[in-house]
Amino acid sequence: MKVLVSVKRVIDYNVKVRVKADNSDVDLANVKMALNPFCEIAVEEAIRLKEAGVATEVVVVSIGPKAVQEQLRTAMALGADRAIQIDTDELPEPLNVAKLLAKVVEEEQPGLVILGKQSIDSDNNQTGQMLAALTGRPQGTFASAVKVEDGKARVTREVDGGLKTVALELPAIVTTDLRLNEPRYAKLPDIMKAKKKPLDVKTPADLGVELKTHITQLKVESPAQRQAGIKVDSVDALVDKLQNEAKVL
Amino acid sequence: MAGSTNFNWEDPLFLEHQLTEEERQIRDAAYAYCQQELQPRVLSAYREERFDREIMTEMGEMGLLGATVAEEYGGSGLNHVAYGLIAREVERVDSGYRSAMSVQSSLVMFPIEAYGSEEQKQKFLPRLASGELVGCFGLTEPDHGSDPGSMNTRAKKVDGGYRLTGQKMWITNSPIADIAVVWARSEAHDGKIKGFIVERGSEGFSTPKIEGKLSLRASITGEIVLDDVFVPEENLLPNASGLGGPFGCLNKARFGIAWGTLGAAEFCWHAARQYTLDRNQFGRPLAANQLIQLKLANMQTEISLGLQAALQVARLMDSNSWAPEMVSLIKRNNCGKALDIARLARDMHGGNGIADEYGVMRHMVNLETVNTYEGTHDVHALILGRAQTGIQAFC
Repeated sequence: MKVLVSVKRVIDYNVKVRVKADNSDVDLANVKMALNPFCEIAVEEAIRLKEAGVATEVVVVSIGPKAVQEQLRTAMALGADRAIQIDTDELPEPLNVAKLLAKVVEEEQPGLVILGKQSIDSDNNQTGQMLAALTGRPQGTFASAVKVEDGKARVTREVDGGLKTVALELPAIVTTDLRLNEPRYAKLPDIMKAKKKPLDVKTPADLGVELKTHITQLKVESPAQRQAGIKVDSVDALVDKLQNEAKVL
Repeated sequence: MAGSTNFNWEDPLFLEHQLTEEERQIRDAAYAYCQQELQPRVLSAYREERFDREIMTEMGEMGLLGATVAEEYGGSGLNHVAYGLIAREVERVDSGYRSAMSVQSSLVMFPIEAYGSEEQKQKFLPRLASGELVGCFGLTEPDHGSDPGSMNTRAKKVDGGYRLTGQKMWITNSPIADIAVVWARSEAHDGKIKGFIVERGSEGFSTPKIEGKLSLRASITGEIVLDDVFVPEENLLPNASGLGGPFGCLNKARFGIAWGTLGAAEFCWHAARQYTLDRNQFGRPLAANQLIQLKLANMQTEISLGLQAALQVARLMDSNSWAPEMVSLIKRNNCGKALDIARLARDMHGGNGIADEYGVMRHMVNLETVNTYEGTHDVHALILGRAQTGIQAFC
């Protein structure tokens, strides 16, 4: 079984994010970029399936300019077999990503597609679900456990108030939650070997997809600064504040 | 006039952009391992004067041992920039852990790869790279530190090999080492210094631990005692003769130190910055004081310049156009500057700087050793003085 994993290049989670002076977007100039943590979990899960003998090949795909090759190489250093870059300078919105991935799915025919449940930059949490709809495949989102047996993927999902386990007919789409696994470290010799693994570059036109804009980003703002609290000098004053200012009593 | 880009206080001169994609990936992998696996251990290891042997196995799995050694011998086949970046990440945690790695990579695996026979390379390198074997390097003696040319350790030719007698001192990893690369004067080679691979279990070979160190407590240090130890002919390093052999190794190790110390310095700088931002006295952060900002600016400047120098020497090593004096320059400068930065950071932490949980004083006392070993700050000055005056001032 072939496993396809999509990965995204995002701002490193350790970086303190700054908004551009004109509030048009987050400032990405000279900022450290990394593999989206949820995507890293997706790559790890695919590699574990391969190590368990369930998967035979792990293919990673990313959408963006040449710089995304760095994240594809990282995924190959972790153990993916080959990579596909869909070359575009535009930062595509989820529907475009899903359409491009649907074409890759059509070409590659994977038994399982694993995606991060969301990327930590735009936090949309839409791509996996849209891909399932476009390909007509069953989906198991927010996975905290994945087991493949008898032509089915048993996916344990983290839902409000507990866990829900579903059995999906393969081929299927899975999106990863934080607790699915703990990704390994890339070993240095594997980083070197990843350079020699195949990386194909395609354009949206090659895949017959026209990127359309449905969403316009109007404004990006930093979270409001938290105001310092105050000290009250008696219980009566506290009760008074809670009743009359906070209005919680 | 406004600049064309934002200033990044952590990386003022954009070292990040001077690295290749692969070098950045290697740095990130080393950083992740060091912060997640080594950092949580160092506090208790330092308190208890303990080196965890399994760290060598983990480093082996990660490919951190023998990073520049060819892949056919189990190394990672990396360039010197990558090796430097790794040393910086390990020493950001502790100079002792970096010492353990440097010794294995630069002082044991490098001489076997550079001076060893094909059989020696195949026999030892893959097992050293995986961390299955731990090695150590015996050059310094109790009475011969900066002047190794006067060493007392002797090799006498006997049937089928040599018999070694002597004592080596301040040997990182020796108490847990499976093999020791020992340098001795060999009668059979006109009294020239030769390298020998001495294996654990050889009769007359012992490695007592040195107790009571106030520095590098998370790394294990000992002696090597050689009491008429038999070393077979096949364990002589065939392609090194004279002090050039050990010095060739030391150049590599000192290069790693030049990078590593800046990792320790960066830890101290970042800690001092955060501490002085968080700590309020007289109703405002300590960092609001000019005296504090001056110190932070000096730290940032010295670290940035030191990294540029280290990167330049690394690139020159990779293009094979380097000279040992360059290594003396960056080893001396970066150790001295890192030590100054650590002392200042300790000071800026006030009373809390004394507590081991803050880490700055641990780095400070570690760097006292790093400033001393592998050529003291003063001896490297003499190397640079000789190089520009033509006058040797060692004695």
